[in-house]
Amino acid sequence: MALSGLDIFKLLPKTNCGDCGVPTCMAFAMKLAQKKAELSECPHASEEAKATLGAASEPPIRLVKIGKDHPLEVGSETVMFRHEKTFFHQTGIAIQLRTSEGESTLEQKIREIEEYKVERVGEQLEPDLFLITHDSPEKDIFLKTIELVIENSTKGIILDCAEYETLKAGASLLKDSHASILLKKTVTDEWIDLAKNYNCSLILTSESYEDLATQVEKTKQAGVQNILLNITSKNTGLQIQQNTILRRSALKKAFKPFGYPLFNQINTESEFDMFATAAALLCKYESIVALHEYNRALLYALLTLRQNIYTDPQKPIQVDPKVYPIGEPTPESPVFVTTNFSLTYFIVSGEIENSGISAHLVVCDTEGQSVLTAWAAGKFVGETIAKFIKTINLEQQVTTRKIIIPGFVSQISGDLEESLPGWEVIVGSQEASDIPSLVKSLSLT
Amino acid sequence: MNFEIPKEVNTGKIIEVSIGATPEQGGTRSHTVTIGGSTALPFHFFEGEHPHRPLIAMEVFDKISNKYPSSLLDYYGDVIQKPGEMAQKCVDEYGAELISVRLEGTHPEKGNKSADEAAEIVKQVLESVSVPLIITGHSHYDKNNEVMKKVCEVTAGENCLISYVEKDNYKTIAAACIAYSHTLVTQTPIDVNLAKQLNILLTEMSFPPEKIVMDPLTGALGYGIEYTYSIMERIRNDALAGDKMMAFPMLVNPGYESFRVKETRAPEQDYPDWGNVELRGAYWEIATAMSLLVAGADLLIMYHPQAVATVKKKVEEMFDGRGGD
Repeated sequence: MALSGLDIFKLLPKTNCGDCGVPTCMAFAMKLAQKKAELSECPHASEEAKATLGAASEPPIRLVKIGKDHPLEVGSETVMFRHEKTFFHQTGIAIQLRTSEGESTLEQKIREIEEYKVERVGEQLEPDLFLITHDSPEKDIFLKTIELVIENSTKGIILDCAEYETLKAGASLLKDSHASILLKKTVTDEWIDLAKNYNCSLILTSESYEDLATQVEKTKQAGVQNILLNITSKNTGLQIQQNTILRRSALKKAFKPFGYPLFNQINTESEFDMFATAAALLCKYESIVALHEYNRALLYALLTLRQNIYTDPQKPIQVDPKVYPIGEPTPESPVFVTTNFSLTYFIVSGEIENSGISAHLVVCDTEGQSVLTAWAAGKFVGETIAKFIKTINLEQQVTTRKIIIPGFVSQISGDLEESLPGWEVIVGSQEASDIPSLVKSLSLT
Repeated sequence: MNFEIPKEVNTGKIIEVSIGATPEQGGTRSHTVTIGGSTALPFHFFEGEHPHRPLIAMEVFDKISNKYPSSLLDYYGDVIQKPGEMAQKCVDEYGAELISVRLEGTHPEKGNKSADEAAEIVKQVLESVSVPLIITGHSHYDKNNEVMKKVCEVTAGENCLISYVEKDNYKTIAAACIAYSHTLVTQTPIDVNLAKQLNILLTEMSFPPEKIVMDPLTGALGYGIEYTYSIMERIRNDALAGDKMMAFPMLVNPGYESFRVKETRAPEQDYPDWGNVELRGAYWEIATAMSLLVAGADLLIMYHPQAVATVKKKVEEMFDGRGGD
């Protein structure tokens, strides 16, 4: 449970020595409560203070890593809604490999998934993990599949095998790879020992809150701290409610047994149904979703949703404010102007390219806001655009005096003409997708 | 181990809004539909009531935009040119619970059809199906007002959902809705305060609150959906905390928005990593719809039959046999 400033004050020396850089102990306590300072800044803190504050400053949801070279990090979330701050660690996407599929199919799948990378808004998106489910009668194929993943991929591995000896042999291949073990029955000492010996995290499964909490306590006390929670339910609506209850318990009630990332394996017949569930759970607190099917279109849409939801709402993705050449512009080529919100930039530049002409695209600094938002905030108006154009010396770089503004801000055209003497301001289309027809109708070349 | 489910009790409740009118109510619909009534966050049955399940509408057009991708056009074939038949197909084959008639062809730059032509199309659709209707206009104020006035008049008593009014253009259409008994959509550009302000403006002109649906402006997946998502969550949280000017059901447009973006059109040979274009269109719309559903959408206008089937089935599953109309 988070401590109040007053609770913390009681633990401090109360000497007001100022050695921490803050004039009084009370003021320092307040800063600690707001997480704006750390106890180590006080050279006189007692052991008791360190122990108590240490426990209180543990993150409400533990960070768990899966994988070795580029581990997936999940957990460590602090809010229920992304608008309250941000979601920190995006949902990991695991692709299931079933050992009954046979070696050649598995090898092909592993290669395909390892190679699948797609770029969007300057970020490289890809699935994160393999979930290896052992459903073949042969023990060797389980080990072979693990080896195939190790050979062909750097992604993390989750092991799903009900048979202890086989799992143990598999885990021994992954010692120090921070693999995870998906345990579908109640945890026992021998599974905990196995996780401990091979440095694996444990995914605990239950359909009841009480049982899940009991399993977590047992696992934690036996010395395994890296835990994920797999609360199962019979439909997506219940899953969202249960995920909410787990997250809320951890964040608002400081209920320690549920302070772990959440895992869900989606078991539905159709790919569309699976996808719809994955999309909903990705928004509602799932730290890892495991998919039994995939295709490139499905992965692209899901990875895009993940990128969107896990964008920090306080930091819109921005591009550098400057002049961007589109095609091979000459000094006579027309000038388009827009804002530095990355999506706006990508869409506008793409559509100018589509139109087949070369142009100069002036991207103003609007602190990453889109056209209408920036206009409403006074960051994309005649005066600011004119000032930016002067700052970048555009008038020395081009001979054209035609500038095209987004249709949504047609009302600034007068102001802009006034602030930019000698320029003709052309009101462009509202939608970037209409730029090609605009270019045609204006006979721009 | 003991565990107590942490419940949050809300003081607010989303207003229940009915669309459509049966003959007894002065219309011609076989039934009405109701959205809203929630006293908790979406799908939170453990701490509140959701008397009505979110509904899926499909859209028919007075003019086929050249932007619609072939993956969608191929699905419908020639019927997409015939709003009445298309509406029937959407209801009978694809399970649409309402039909939206989009009158974009009346926009002066997109066909400039007359108000009378628009009214004819709406009447045709009314005769072809018995589900309640949504009438969707555009942002050319003067023309839209003229068209909507006419459409409200010829559908008097049907309690259509008239979509939409904006902050700078609401009086004419709102007055027509009051005069001819229709329900109204207030659309604002992804902003909590503007949304509230427009609702206040309407109620100040004595517009009945139980006839208002909010449209927070949908962004498509990959094109700012996170903004719409968070604005909707904030609106719904405010509403449940007791803000009556936010407590209206929310309408979103996953179909229209998804099928305008490059990702639902670009061929696979140009973008091999993006996968099959036909599947991609459906996935794009499903992802848009599912994320907005968990953020609080009560009424979704969708396009791709596969996306409609998937999302409708999922909503029913998430209601687990409860509610619905």
